[in-house]
Amino acid sequence: MHDPGLKTTPLHGLHRELGARLVPFAGYEMPVQYQNGIIAEHTHTRSAAGLFDVSHMGQAQLAGPRVAEALETVVPGDIAGLAPGAMRYTLLLNANGGIIDDLMVTRPADDQAGDRLMLVVNAARKDVDFADLTERLGGRIALERYEEKALLALQGPQAAAVVGRFAPDAAKLTFMTAQVFSVGGVEWQVSRSGYTGEDGFEISVSGEHATDVAQALLAAPEVEAIGLGARDSLRLEAGLCLYGHDIGEQTTPVEASLTWTIAKRRRAAADFPGAERILRQIEEGPARRRIGFKLEGRSPAREDAEIETPDGAAVGRVTSGGFGPTLKAAIGMGYVDAACRAPDTALNFIVRGRKLPGRVAKTPFVPANYYRGD
Amino acid sequence: MADLKFSEDHEWVRVEGGRAVVGITDYAQQQLGDVVFVELPEIGKSFAKGDEAAVVESVKAAAEVYAPFDGEVVEVNGDLDSDPGLVNTAPEGEGWFLKLSVKDAAQLDGLMDRTAYDKFVADQS
Repeated sequence: MHDPGLKTTPLHGLHRELGARLVPFAGYEMPVQYQNGIIAEHTHTRSAAGLFDVSHMGQAQLAGPRVAEALETVVPGDIAGLAPGAMRYTLLLNANGGIIDDLMVTRPADDQAGDRLMLVVNAARKDVDFADLTERLGGRIALERYEEKALLALQGPQAAAVVGRFAPDAAKLTFMTAQVFSVGGVEWQVSRSGYTGEDGFEISVSGEHATDVAQALLAAPEVEAIGLGARDSLRLEAGLCLYGHDIGEQTTPVEASLTWTIAKRRRAAADFPGAERILRQIEEGPARRRIGFKLEGRSPAREDAEIETPDGAAVGRVTSGGFGPTLKAAIGMGYVDAACRAPDTALNFIVRGRKLPGRVAKTPFVPANYYRGD
Repeated sequence: MADLKFSEDHEWVRVEGGRAVVGITDYAQQQLGDVVFVELPEIGKSFAKGDEAAVVESVKAAAEVYAPFDGEVVEVNGDLDSDPGLVNTAPEGEGWFLKLSVKDAAQLDGLMDRTAYDKFVADQS
Protein backbone atom coordinates (compact mmCIF):
# COMPACT_ATOMS: atom_id res chain seq x y z
CA MET A 1 0.00 0.00 0.00
CA HIS A 2 1.29 3.45 -0.70
CA ASP A 3 1.66 6.11 1.94
CA PRO A 4 -1.71 7.93 1.99
CA GLY A 5 0.10 11.22 2.59
CA LEU A 6 1.74 10.94 -0.82
CA LYS A 7 0.30 11.57 -4.25
CA THR A 8 0.77 9.09 -7.06
CA THR A 9 1.12 9.47 -10.81
CA PRO A 10 -1.03 7.63 -13.37
CA LEU A 11 1.87 5.16 -13.76
CA HIS A 12 2.00 4.15 -10.10
CA GLY A 13 0.49 0.72 -10.72
CA LEU A 14 2.94 0.06 -13.54
CA HIS A 15 5.88 1.00 -11.30
CA ARG A 16 4.76 -1.60 -8.78
CA GLU A 17 4.31 -4.19 -11.48
CA LEU A 18 7.84 -3.50 -12.70
CA GLY A 19 9.25 -4.04 -9.23
CA ALA A 20 10.23 -0.44 -8.59
CA ARG A 21 11.54 0.69 -5.25
CA LEU A 22 9.20 3.54 -4.39
CA VAL A 23 10.25 6.52 -2.29
CA PRO A 24 8.71 9.85 -1.34
CA PHE A 25 9.77 12.63 -3.68
CA ALA A 26 8.26 16.12 -3.85
CA GLY A 27 5.03 14.90 -2.26
CA TYR A 28 4.73 11.91 -4.59
CA GLU A 29 5.54 8.26 -4.22
CA MET A 30 8.00 7.76 -7.08
CA PRO A 31 10.31 5.01 -8.35
CA VAL A 32 13.91 5.66 -7.30
CA GLN A 33 15.04 2.56 -9.17
CA TYR A 34 13.74 -0.63 -10.71
CA GLN A 35 15.27 -4.06 -10.34
CA ASN A 36 18.39 -3.42 -12.42
CA GLY A 37 19.63 -0.68 -10.09
CA ILE A 38 20.82 2.85 -10.64
CA ILE A 39 24.13 2.20 -12.40
CA ALA A 40 22.62 -0.26 -14.88
CA GLU A 41 19.71 2.12 -15.52
CA HIS A 42 22.09 5.05 -15.99
CA THR A 43 24.28 3.10 -18.39
CA HIS A 44 21.28 1.80 -20.31
CA THR A 45 20.02 5.36 -20.85
CA ARG A 46 23.42 6.47 -22.17
CA SER A 47 23.68 3.50 -24.52
CA ALA A 48 20.09 2.71 -25.60
CA ALA A 49 16.88 4.32 -24.32
CA GLY A 50 15.34 4.85 -20.90
CA LEU A 51 11.73 5.63 -20.04
CA PHE A 52 11.15 7.92 -17.06
CA ASP A 53 7.88 8.82 -15.38
CA VAL A 54 8.06 12.55 -14.74
CA SER A 55 4.33 13.03 -14.31
CA HIS A 56 4.96 14.64 -10.93
CA MET A 57 6.20 17.74 -12.71
CA GLY A 58 3.81 20.62 -13.13
CA GLN A 59 2.24 21.09 -16.54
CA ALA A 60 0.18 24.14 -17.35
CA GLN A 61 -0.97 26.40 -20.12
CA LEU A 62 -0.78 30.17 -20.07
CA ALA A 63 -3.32 31.82 -22.35
CA GLY A 64 -4.12 35.39 -23.21
CA PRO A 65 -3.29 38.06 -25.73
CA ARG A 66 0.48 38.66 -26.13
CA VAL A 67 1.16 35.95 -23.58
CA ALA A 68 4.90 35.90 -24.31
CA GLU A 69 5.18 39.58 -23.47
CA ALA A 70 3.35 38.93 -20.21
CA LEU A 71 5.58 36.00 -19.25
CA GLU A 72 8.67 38.08 -20.02
CA THR A 73 7.78 40.33 -17.09
CA VAL A 74 8.74 37.46 -14.73
CA VAL A 75 11.51 35.60 -16.64
CA PRO A 76 14.73 36.88 -18.29
CA GLY A 77 14.54 34.68 -21.40
CA ASP A 78 13.53 35.62 -24.91
CA ILE A 79 10.00 34.25 -24.95
CA ALA A 80 8.57 36.67 -27.52
CA GLY A 81 11.13 35.35 -29.99
CA LEU A 82 9.89 31.75 -29.78
CA ALA A 83 8.61 30.50 -33.14
CA PRO A 84 5.58 28.22 -33.14
CA GLY A 85 6.81 24.80 -32.02
CA ALA A 86 9.93 26.14 -30.27
CA MET A 87 10.74 25.80 -26.60
CA ARG A 88 13.15 27.41 -24.19
CA TYR A 89 14.66 26.82 -20.76
CA THR A 90 14.12 29.86 -18.56
CA LEU A 91 13.98 31.02 -14.95
CA LEU A 92 11.11 32.41 -12.93
CA LEU A 93 12.67 35.27 -10.94
CA ASN A 94 11.67 37.13 -7.81
CA ALA A 95 12.05 40.89 -7.42
CA ASN A 96 15.55 40.35 -6.05
CA GLY A 97 16.68 38.34 -9.06
CA GLY A 98 16.50 35.08 -7.07
CA ILE A 99 15.32 31.96 -8.85
CA ILE A 100 11.79 30.87 -7.91
CA ASP A 101 12.03 27.96 -10.33
CA ASP A 102 13.56 26.82 -13.58
CA LEU A 103 11.12 25.79 -16.26
CA MET A 104 10.53 24.85 -19.87
CA VAL A 105 8.35 27.15 -21.95
CA THR A 106 6.93 25.92 -25.26
CA ARG A 107 5.02 27.86 -27.87
CA PRO A 108 2.63 25.29 -29.34
CA ALA A 109 3.27 24.51 -33.01
CA ASP A 110 -0.31 25.49 -33.87
CA ASP A 111 -0.18 28.81 -32.01
CA GLN A 112 -0.27 31.43 -34.74
CA ALA A 113 -1.90 34.20 -32.70
CA GLY A 114 0.77 34.21 -30.01
CA ASP A 115 -1.74 33.71 -27.24
CA ARG A 116 -0.70 30.33 -25.77
CA LEU A 117 2.36 28.94 -24.00
CA MET A 118 2.88 25.56 -22.35
CA LEU A 119 4.92 25.32 -19.17
CA VAL A 120 6.65 22.44 -17.42
CA VAL A 121 7.87 23.28 -13.91
CA ASN A 122 9.43 21.36 -11.03
CA ALA A 123 7.18 19.11 -8.96
CA ALA A 124 8.26 20.59 -5.64
CA ARG A 125 7.65 24.12 -6.91
CA LYS A 126 4.47 23.84 -8.92
CA ASP A 127 2.14 25.25 -6.27
CA VAL A 128 4.51 28.14 -5.60
CA ASP A 129 5.05 28.83 -9.30
CA PHE A 130 1.43 28.71 -10.31
CA ALA A 131 0.35 30.91 -7.40
CA ASP A 132 3.10 33.36 -8.29
CA LEU A 133 2.18 33.43 -11.99
CA THR A 134 -1.47 33.92 -11.13
CA GLU A 135 -0.58 36.76 -8.80
CA ARG A 136 1.81 38.56 -11.10
CA LEU A 137 0.14 37.89 -14.47
CA GLY A 138 -3.40 37.17 -13.35
CA GLY A 139 -5.00 40.29 -14.78
CA ARG A 140 -3.71 39.54 -18.26
CA ILE A 141 -3.28 35.81 -18.50
CA ALA A 142 -5.30 32.70 -17.64
CA LEU A 143 -3.34 29.83 -16.14
CA GLU A 144 -4.73 26.34 -16.58
CA ARG A 145 -3.06 23.51 -14.69
CA TYR A 146 -2.97 20.06 -16.25
CA GLU A 147 -3.04 18.02 -13.07
CA GLU A 148 -4.51 15.03 -14.82
CA LYS A 149 -1.82 14.70 -17.47
CA ALA A 150 1.12 12.36 -17.39
CA LEU A 151 4.60 13.21 -18.62
CA LEU A 152 6.94 10.52 -19.91
CA ALA A 153 10.57 11.10 -20.84
CA LEU A 154 12.21 8.77 -23.33
CA GLN A 155 15.94 9.47 -23.29
CA GLY A 156 18.99 8.02 -24.96
CA PRO A 157 20.67 7.55 -28.34
CA GLN A 158 18.01 5.06 -29.47
CA ALA A 159 15.03 7.13 -28.30
CA ALA A 160 14.43 8.63 -31.75
CA ALA A 161 14.30 5.22 -33.43
CA VAL A 162 11.70 4.10 -30.90
CA VAL A 163 9.54 7.23 -31.06
CA GLY A 164 9.76 7.13 -34.85
CA ARG A 165 7.94 3.80 -34.87
CA PHE A 166 4.92 5.47 -33.28
CA ALA A 167 5.14 8.92 -34.84
CA PRO A 168 7.62 9.03 -37.75
CA ASP A 169 7.64 12.84 -37.87
CA ALA A 170 8.43 13.10 -34.18
CA ALA A 171 11.85 11.62 -34.92
CA LYS A 172 12.47 14.62 -37.19
CA LEU A 173 11.96 17.20 -34.46
CA THR A 174 15.18 18.99 -33.55
CA PHE A 175 16.39 19.71 -30.01
CA MET A 176 14.10 22.15 -28.19
CA THR A 177 11.16 21.93 -30.60
CA ALA A 178 7.75 20.41 -30.04
CA GLN A 179 4.71 19.18 -31.89
CA VAL A 180 1.49 17.30 -31.25
CA PHE A 181 0.94 13.90 -32.86
CA SER A 182 -1.99 11.54 -32.90
CA VAL A 183 -0.82 8.00 -32.17
CA GLY A 184 -3.54 5.40 -32.45
CA GLY A 185 -6.11 8.06 -31.62
CA VAL A 186 -4.19 9.27 -28.53
CA GLU A 187 -2.79 12.78 -28.46
CA TRP A 188 0.96 12.85 -27.81
CA GLN A 189 2.43 16.28 -27.10
CA VAL A 190 6.04 15.57 -27.98
CA SER A 191 9.07 17.75 -27.39
CA ARG A 192 12.67 16.94 -28.16
CA SER A 193 14.13 17.71 -24.79
CA GLY A 194 15.08 16.12 -21.52
CA TYR A 195 17.21 16.14 -18.41
CA THR A 196 19.91 13.60 -19.15
CA GLY A 197 22.22 15.27 -21.69
CA GLU A 198 21.14 12.62 -24.18
CA ASP A 199 18.98 12.97 -27.24
CA GLY A 200 15.41 12.29 -26.26
CA PHE A 201 11.82 13.28 -25.92
CA GLU A 202 9.27 14.30 -23.37
CA ILE A 203 5.78 13.10 -24.15
CA SER A 204 2.72 14.55 -22.46
CA VAL A 205 -0.38 12.37 -22.64
CA SER A 206 -3.64 12.25 -20.75
CA GLY A 207 -3.47 10.28 -17.51
CA GLU A 208 -6.00 7.74 -18.73
CA HIS A 209 -3.73 6.70 -21.62
CA ALA A 210 -0.43 6.98 -19.78
CA THR A 211 -0.02 3.34 -18.82
CA ASP A 212 -0.81 2.13 -22.34
CA VAL A 213 1.68 4.56 -23.84
CA ALA A 214 4.35 3.63 -21.31
CA GLN A 215 3.81 -0.09 -21.91
CA ALA A 216 3.96 0.39 -25.67
CA LEU A 217 7.29 2.21 -25.33
CA LEU A 218 8.64 -0.35 -22.85
CA ALA A 219 7.76 -3.13 -25.30
CA ALA A 220 10.46 -1.81 -27.64
CA PRO A 221 13.61 -3.91 -27.15
CA GLU A 222 15.74 -0.77 -26.69
CA VAL A 223 13.71 0.61 -23.80
CA GLU A 224 13.99 0.01 -20.06
CA ALA A 225 12.18 1.77 -17.22
CA ILE A 226 14.49 4.17 -15.38
CA GLY A 227 13.99 5.62 -11.90
CA LEU A 228 14.73 8.95 -10.31
CA GLY A 229 18.09 7.72 -8.99
CA ALA A 230 19.53 7.42 -12.48
CA ARG A 231 17.72 10.58 -13.53
CA ASP A 232 19.78 12.38 -10.89
CA SER A 233 23.12 10.84 -11.85
CA LEU A 234 22.40 11.49 -15.54
CA ARG A 235 21.52 15.14 -15.03
CA LEU A 236 24.53 15.62 -12.78
CA GLU A 237 26.89 14.28 -15.45
CA ALA A 238 25.11 16.55 -17.93
CA GLY A 239 25.82 19.54 -15.66
CA LEU A 240 22.13 20.36 -15.31
CA CYS A 241 20.87 22.12 -12.17
CA LEU A 242 18.50 20.56 -9.67
CA TYR A 243 16.14 23.12 -8.18
CA GLY A 244 16.30 23.46 -4.40
CA HIS A 245 19.88 22.20 -4.45
CA ASP A 246 21.94 23.91 -7.15
CA ILE A 247 19.61 26.88 -7.58
CA GLY A 248 17.01 28.58 -5.43
CA GLU A 249 15.55 31.88 -4.30
CA GLN A 250 18.90 32.78 -2.73
CA THR A 251 20.82 32.42 -5.99
CA THR A 252 20.71 34.65 -9.06
CA PRO A 253 21.13 33.38 -12.63
CA VAL A 254 24.62 34.93 -12.74
CA GLU A 255 25.76 33.25 -9.53
CA ALA A 256 24.24 30.01 -10.83
CA SER A 257 26.33 30.24 -14.03
CA LEU A 258 23.08 30.47 -15.98
CA THR A 259 23.81 33.91 -17.46
CA TRP A 260 23.31 32.34 -20.90
CA THR A 261 19.57 32.19 -20.16
CA ILE A 262 19.38 36.00 -20.06
CA ALA A 263 18.63 37.07 -23.61
CA LYS A 264 20.60 39.93 -25.15
CA ARG A 265 17.45 41.90 -25.89
CA ARG A 266 16.33 41.46 -22.28
CA ARG A 267 19.69 42.71 -20.96
CA ALA A 268 19.43 45.82 -23.12
CA ALA A 269 15.88 46.46 -21.96
CA ALA A 270 16.64 45.57 -18.31
CA ASP A 271 12.97 44.70 -17.94
CA PHE A 272 12.95 41.48 -15.86
CA PRO A 273 12.70 41.08 -12.07
CA GLY A 274 15.97 41.85 -10.31
CA ALA A 275 17.45 43.31 -13.51
CA GLU A 276 19.46 45.95 -11.73
CA ARG A 277 21.21 43.44 -9.46
CA ILE A 278 21.64 40.84 -12.19
CA LEU A 279 23.04 43.27 -14.75
CA ARG A 280 25.45 44.62 -12.14
CA GLN A 281 26.59 41.07 -11.42
CA ILE A 282 27.13 40.46 -15.14
CA GLU A 283 29.16 43.69 -15.31
CA GLU A 284 31.23 43.28 -12.15
CA GLY A 285 31.16 39.53 -11.66
CA PRO A 286 29.32 37.97 -8.71
CA ALA A 287 31.05 37.19 -5.41
CA ARG A 288 30.34 33.47 -5.77
CA ARG A 289 29.72 31.15 -8.65
CA ARG A 290 28.31 27.73 -9.32
CA ILE A 291 31.03 25.41 -10.55
CA GLY A 292 31.37 21.76 -11.42
CA PHE A 293 34.04 19.67 -9.73
CA LYS A 294 35.68 16.30 -10.06
CA LEU A 295 37.39 14.51 -7.21
CA GLU A 296 40.60 12.53 -7.51
CA GLY A 297 39.19 9.51 -5.67
CA ARG A 298 35.92 7.62 -5.91
CA SER A 299 34.47 8.80 -2.61
CA PRO A 300 31.68 11.29 -3.37
CA ALA A 301 31.43 14.72 -1.76
CA ARG A 302 27.70 15.17 -1.27
CA GLU A 303 25.42 18.13 -0.76
CA ASP A 304 26.54 20.51 2.03
CA ALA A 305 30.14 19.28 2.10
CA GLU A 306 32.45 22.23 2.70
CA ILE A 307 34.88 23.32 0.02
CA GLU A 308 38.31 24.68 0.94
CA THR A 309 41.37 25.92 -0.85
CA PRO A 310 44.48 23.72 -0.46
CA ASP A 311 45.67 26.07 2.29
CA GLY A 312 42.49 25.57 4.27
CA ALA A 313 40.41 28.66 3.54
CA ALA A 314 36.66 27.94 3.40
CA VAL A 315 35.41 29.03 -0.03
CA GLY A 316 32.06 27.34 -0.50
CA ARG A 317 29.80 24.35 -0.31
CA VAL A 318 28.68 21.42 -2.44
CA THR A 319 25.09 21.65 -3.69
CA SER A 320 24.92 18.33 -5.60
CA GLY A 321 27.45 15.56 -5.41
CA GLY A 322 27.65 11.91 -6.24
CA PHE A 323 29.23 9.27 -8.35
CA GLY A 324 29.00 9.61 -12.12
CA PRO A 325 28.54 6.08 -13.49
CA THR A 326 29.58 7.03 -17.03
CA LEU A 327 32.65 8.95 -15.87
CA LYS A 328 33.32 6.40 -13.13
CA ALA A 329 34.32 9.32 -10.95
CA ALA A 330 33.02 11.34 -8.04
CA ILE A 331 31.63 14.59 -9.40
CA GLY A 332 29.39 17.40 -8.30
CA MET A 333 28.46 21.04 -8.31
CA GLY A 334 28.77 23.72 -5.71
CA TYR A 335 29.19 27.40 -5.08
CA VAL A 336 32.64 28.85 -4.50
CA ASP A 337 34.17 32.29 -4.15
CA ALA A 338 34.51 33.70 -7.65
CA ALA A 339 38.32 33.71 -7.34
CA CYS A 340 38.25 29.89 -7.25
CA ARG A 341 35.98 29.32 -10.22
CA ALA A 342 38.50 28.71 -13.01
CA PRO A 343 38.62 25.15 -14.39
CA ASP A 344 41.42 23.04 -12.87
CA THR A 345 41.59 25.12 -9.68
CA ALA A 346 42.64 22.71 -6.92
CA LEU A 347 40.16 22.49 -4.04
CA ASN A 348 39.57 20.21 -1.07
CA PHE A 349 36.18 18.79 -0.21
CA ILE A 350 35.57 18.02 3.44
CA VAL A 351 33.93 14.61 3.87
CA ARG A 352 33.69 13.05 7.35
CA GLY A 353 36.49 15.33 8.52
CA ARG A 354 38.83 14.36 5.70
CA LYS A 355 40.03 16.60 2.92
CA LEU A 356 39.29 14.96 -0.42
CA PRO A 357 41.30 16.60 -3.22
CA GLY A 358 39.58 17.63 -6.42
CA ARG A 359 39.50 20.27 -9.10
CA VAL A 360 37.03 22.65 -10.68
CA ALA A 361 35.78 20.98 -13.86
CA LYS A 362 33.94 22.23 -16.90
CA THR A 363 30.37 21.07 -17.30
CA PRO A 364 28.82 19.11 -18.85
CA PHE A 365 31.04 16.35 -17.49
CA VAL A 366 29.72 14.05 -20.21
CA PRO A 367 29.30 15.76 -23.61
CA ALA A 368 25.69 16.43 -24.57
CA ASN A 369 24.27 14.34 -27.37
CA TYR A 370 21.40 16.52 -28.58
CA TYR A 371 19.85 16.21 -32.04
CA ARG A 372 20.09 19.50 -33.87
CA GLY A 373 19.27 18.19 -37.34
CA ASP A 374 21.17 16.23 -39.99
CA MET B 1 32.20 -22.60 6.30
CA ALA B 2 31.36 -21.41 9.78
CA ASP B 3 27.90 -20.01 10.27
CA LEU B 4 27.45 -16.29 10.04
CA LYS B 5 26.08 -14.21 12.85
CA PHE B 6 24.19 -11.00 12.27
CA SER B 7 23.75 -7.62 13.95
CA GLU B 8 20.67 -5.41 14.02
CA ASP B 9 22.68 -2.90 11.96
CA HIS B 10 22.79 -5.45 9.12
CA GLU B 11 26.38 -6.53 9.50
CA TRP B 12 27.43 -10.16 9.38
CA VAL B 13 30.25 -11.68 11.38
CA ARG B 14 32.17 -14.88 10.74
CA VAL B 15 34.44 -16.01 13.54
CA GLU B 16 37.83 -17.39 12.48
CA GLY B 17 39.69 -18.35 15.66
CA GLY B 18 40.49 -15.25 17.70
CA ARG B 19 39.30 -12.89 15.02
CA ALA B 20 36.19 -12.33 12.98
CA VAL B 21 35.41 -11.19 9.47
CA VAL B 22 32.80 -8.41 9.16
CA GLY B 23 30.71 -7.45 6.16
CA ILE B 24 27.25 -6.14 5.38
CA THR B 25 24.31 -8.40 4.66
CA ASP B 26 22.63 -9.08 1.35
CA TYR B 27 19.60 -7.19 2.65
CA ALA B 28 21.81 -4.17 3.47
CA GLN B 29 23.44 -4.09 0.04
CA GLN B 30 20.02 -4.33 -1.61
CA GLN B 31 18.81 -1.39 0.42
CA LEU B 32 21.90 0.64 -0.42
CA GLY B 33 21.94 -0.07 -4.12
CA ASP B 34 25.07 0.14 -6.25
CA VAL B 35 28.11 0.60 -4.03
CA VAL B 36 30.70 2.97 -5.51
CA PHE B 37 33.17 3.42 -2.67
CA VAL B 38 34.03 1.86 0.68
CA GLU B 39 36.04 3.78 3.25
CA LEU B 40 37.89 1.27 5.41
CA PRO B 41 39.71 1.91 8.68
CA GLU B 42 43.45 1.70 9.23
CA ILE B 43 44.94 -1.55 10.44
CA GLY B 44 45.60 -1.41 14.17
CA LYS B 45 42.67 0.87 14.92
CA SER B 46 40.55 -0.17 17.92
CA PHE B 47 36.79 0.01 18.05
CA ALA B 48 34.25 -0.43 20.77
CA LYS B 49 31.01 -2.16 19.84
CA GLY B 50 28.81 0.32 17.98
CA ASP B 51 31.65 2.58 16.80
CA GLU B 52 31.63 3.64 13.17
CA ALA B 53 34.17 1.30 11.59
CA ALA B 54 33.66 1.91 7.87
CA VAL B 55 31.54 3.94 5.48
CA VAL B 56 29.90 2.58 2.39
CA GLU B 57 28.90 4.99 -0.37
CA SER B 58 26.26 3.97 -2.84
CA VAL B 59 25.17 6.04 -5.81
CA LYS B 60 22.37 7.36 -3.63
CA ALA B 61 23.83 7.89 -0.18
CA ALA B 62 26.50 7.18 2.40
CA ALA B 63 25.91 4.63 5.17
CA GLU B 64 27.94 3.77 8.23
CA VAL B 65 29.11 0.30 9.12
CA TYR B 66 29.42 -0.23 12.88
CA ALA B 67 31.75 -2.48 14.78
CA PRO B 68 29.52 -5.40 15.89
CA PHE B 69 31.84 -6.07 18.88
CA ASP B 70 34.96 -4.62 20.52
CA GLY B 71 38.10 -5.30 18.54
CA GLU B 72 41.17 -4.13 16.70
CA VAL B 73 41.44 -4.03 12.93
CA VAL B 74 43.81 -6.76 11.77
CA GLU B 75 43.02 -6.74 8.06
CA VAL B 76 40.88 -4.84 5.55
CA ASN B 77 39.60 -5.94 2.15
CA GLY B 78 41.84 -4.05 -0.28
CA ASP B 79 39.91 -5.47 -3.25
CA LEU B 80 37.07 -3.08 -2.43
CA ASP B 81 39.27 -0.14 -3.49
CA SER B 82 39.29 -1.24 -7.09
CA ASP B 83 36.00 -3.13 -7.10
CA PRO B 84 33.52 -1.76 -4.54
CA GLY B 85 30.75 -3.52 -6.50
CA LEU B 86 31.84 -6.75 -4.76
CA VAL B 87 29.69 -5.56 -1.87
CA ASN B 88 26.68 -5.92 -4.17
CA THR B 89 27.68 -9.06 -6.03
CA ALA B 90 29.16 -11.05 -3.13
CA PRO B 91 28.11 -9.36 0.12
CA GLU B 92 28.76 -12.43 2.26
CA GLY B 93 31.88 -13.49 0.37
CA GLU B 94 34.43 -11.43 -1.58
CA GLY B 95 32.65 -8.26 -0.53
CA TRP B 96 33.78 -8.54 3.11
CA PHE B 97 34.94 -5.32 4.79
CA LEU B 98 37.40 -6.00 7.58
CA LYS B 99 38.73 -8.44 10.13
CA LEU B 100 38.69 -7.56 13.80
CA SER B 101 40.41 -9.29 16.69
CA VAL B 102 37.79 -10.49 19.16
CA LYS B 103 38.33 -8.90 22.59
CA ASP B 104 35.28 -10.28 24.35
CA ALA B 105 33.82 -13.43 22.85
CA ALA B 106 30.70 -13.03 25.00
CA GLN B 107 29.68 -10.08 22.81
CA LEU B 108 29.31 -12.47 19.87
CA ASP B 109 26.62 -14.35 21.73
CA GLY B 110 24.40 -11.28 21.46
CA LEU B 111 24.34 -11.54 17.67
CA MET B 112 21.56 -13.28 15.76
CA ASP B 113 21.79 -16.48 13.79
CA ARG B 114 20.49 -16.47 10.22
CA THR B 115 16.98 -17.60 11.10
CA ALA B 116 16.63 -14.86 13.69
CA TYR B 117 18.11 -12.27 11.33
CA ASP B 118 15.79 -13.23 8.49
CA LYS B 119 12.87 -12.80 10.86
CA PHE B 120 14.31 -9.46 12.05
CA VAL B 121 14.45 -8.22 8.43
CA ALA B 122 10.98 -9.52 7.64
CA ASP B 123 9.58 -7.73 10.68
CA GLN B 124 11.17 -4.47 9.58
CA SER B 125 9.63 -4.30 6.14
